[in-house]
Amino acid sequence: MHLELTEEQKLIQDTARDFARAELEPVAAELDQSDDRAPMLANLKKLAELGFMGLNIKGEYGGSEAEVIAFSVAMTEISRACASTAVTVSVNNMVAEVIQSVGSEEQCTAYIPKICSGEYSAAGFALTETGAGSDPAGMCTQAVDDGDSWVLNGSKIFISSAPYAGVFVAWAVTDREAPKGKGISCFLVEAGTKGLIIGKEEKKMGQHASATNEVLFADCRLPKSALMGKLNDGFRIAVGELTGGRIGIGSLGLGVGLAAMDYATRYVTERSQFGQKISNFQAIQWMIADGYTDLEAARLLLMNAAYRKEFGKSFAKEASMAKMFATEAANQACYKALQMLGGYGYTRDFPVERYARDARITAIYEGTNEIQRLIISREILRNLN
Amino acid sequence: MNFELSQDHKVLQETVRDFVNKEIKPIAMKIDEDHMIPDALVRKMGDMGFLGSYLPEEYGGAGLDMLSYAIVIEEVSKACGSSGVLISAHTSLASGPIDTFGTEEQKKKWLPALNTGDKIGCILLTEPDAGSDAGAITTSYKKEGDEYIVNGAKIFITNGGYLGTGVLFATHDKSLKHKGVSAFIVDLQSPGVVVLKHENKMGIRGTYTTAFALDDVRIPAANLLGQEGQGFKIAMDTLNGGRIGIASQALGIAEGAFERALAYSKERKQFGKTISELQAIQFKLADMYARIETSKLMTYKAAWMKDAHLNYTLESAMCKMLASEAATYVTKEAVQIHGGYGFICDYEVERMYRDAKITEIYEGTNEVQRVVISKLLLA
Repeated sequence: MHLELTEEQKLIQDTARDFARAELEPVAAELDQSDDRAPMLANLKKLAELGFMGLNIKGEYGGSEAEVIAFSVAMTEISRACASTAVTVSVNNMVAEVIQSVGSEEQCTAYIPKICSGEYSAAGFALTETGAGSDPAGMCTQAVDDGDSWVLNGSKIFISSAPYAGVFVAWAVTDREAPKGKGISCFLVEAGTKGLIIGKEEKKMGQHASATNEVLFADCRLPKSALMGKLNDGFRIAVGELTGGRIGIGSLGLGVGLAAMDYATRYVTERSQFGQKISNFQAIQWMIADGYTDLEAARLLLMNAAYRKEFGKSFAKEASMAKMFATEAANQACYKALQMLGGYGYTRDFPVERYARDARITAIYEGTNEIQRLIISREILRNLN
Repeated sequence: MNFELSQDHKVLQETVRDFVNKEIKPIAMKIDEDHMIPDALVRKMGDMGFLGSYLPEEYGGAGLDMLSYAIVIEEVSKACGSSGVLISAHTSLASGPIDTFGTEEQKKKWLPALNTGDKIGCILLTEPDAGSDAGAITTSYKKEGDEYIVNGAKIFITNGGYLGTGVLFATHDKSLKHKGVSAFIVDLQSPGVVVLKHENKMGIRGTYTTAFALDDVRIPAANLLGQEGQGFKIAMDTLNGGRIGIASQALGIAEGAFERALAYSKERKQFGKTISELQAIQFKLADMYARIETSKLMTYKAAWMKDAHLNYTLESAMCKMLASEAATYVTKEAVQIHGGYGFICDYEVERMYRDAKITEIYEGTNEVQRVVISKLLLA
């Protein structure tokens, strides 16, 4: 057992932290309140230049080969400043990883370098549909083999980064007769493809700078080479990749929770009531102790899941636990932090209400925490046999 | 970064597990009913090295590290929380401070018998009016020739009933509060050490929890531990390490209750299926397991930090708080999963629920842990 980061991992953590403080934090409030996301897109490009879009990607595809623990700590540092930027980085890394793990050499060469270099501002993960959320195998989008091409029809919702994504991995049913989950395939769809329509953008509680859109396929014709992985193997791919993505979202949650607690802890050492700093009151001290302890526990779960993935061990149960625990700890931390600021915490002059709104979705996306609990219990009960 | 236990730690874990399954698990219920851990079991744990796990070999210890100690207590506590705390209080609250603050002569004199289990160790700190506020102790000492004369009362002394070797805290001037406190090694068979009672408790009933009167107890000057006036510092340092022991005990109790709840959920049928097929139960299992996993990671991390000579005060307070609250939560849910059977003493989760509660209270209440944690974070 040895629980320290390596020098390289610390360097990546420091780089992410410095960049987040210098570039992300100053624009985060503005990004939250305006419709102009240009500052975020500019920062995404800089993050790509620093190597943060392909942390677990091979050097030959433009990645940093920093692996999973480094990815987790980088995500946390970025989200301490701006959750919208962080979720975009997380999804970009996930898309690059899914292409690297199941894509052909041609597909890897064609798309991954563009994600890693920032040539694409973002990449999209088009899985969810109106009727297929926690149950993605229930999707309706279809891909029909039309000789020399695939023709996609259907609609996806809640697709992060859709208006500025350069490429999407998209899932569609390729065998309607197959048992549930056995007839789904995975495709690569470039932005600008005819029949790929970016639909309405959702108005959300938080993570405003990260666009969340409907994505429609209307007789969207793709070359045969757009199929990624084996035919009808798409569901397995989706489920597998979401597992790794959970480490990213858990790490993001941790970052938001830490940001909230850090802000509130500084605040209580300045705020006086009843003739003394409110940090002198045990009611406040308790919130600090509980908030940070849960976040530290979340960090250990995340590090353990990342370590297991990095070293080729099973990590599904660990990633689900880390995602569930970290995102719930983050929400609780935001709740406490807002309370510590009192009425000021509820105003937009302070960042804590933004953290609280940004944190909420982390318990929902990348597999709701209810799905995480199903995965955890299933793994435990299976191992008992 | 490496979360795997070393080969040595894994071998130790297996060894302890085998011992526990053979020697402790079959009698855990009887230990609770009899309010007594059989002397033969204490002797065997001594023979196995469980009572001196991280103490140096030159004084008869097993020469292992803090992580090994955590593993031993965790595995023992999976079957019996009473036996777990016997080891914890003995090792980190008596042998530990003697090893850390004692002179060469003191270590040679006291540690070998503690490490074999010939003597069982305890700490005499708590008093009726000095619980969380340990600086408020009133047990007094005064020097007379080459002896210290001690008078006062100590309560809630885990392992006290063995009348073995104690680390005793007393003040020479209570108006000095914690600055007047000194620590002594005391042979509890000395004249003037009077057992007032053994407490009858909700849980960990196999352990002695003893109240003492100290009536002109004469302690040789050679038994002063550290310097005069250094007692409070010794107490705090000792409790710091001890928290890892109690976190390990709490972790073990939680794991024991989880194992039983999991197995039960796979056997018990309602509505035509095993209750493990119902989401209400599955979600309980997921939450219980996640709380156990965080406790384990935090406890092992604190132990690893102590072994790596890093400052671990924050982590030891956090692991104690997390693991003890996980233990009360997990045992509560384990009883719930068992339904009415969980309330019946034939099922072990009933005992585990009772045993878990104390881990939130002793070795610094969780309220004190929160003070420690927030002070460090606000500093």
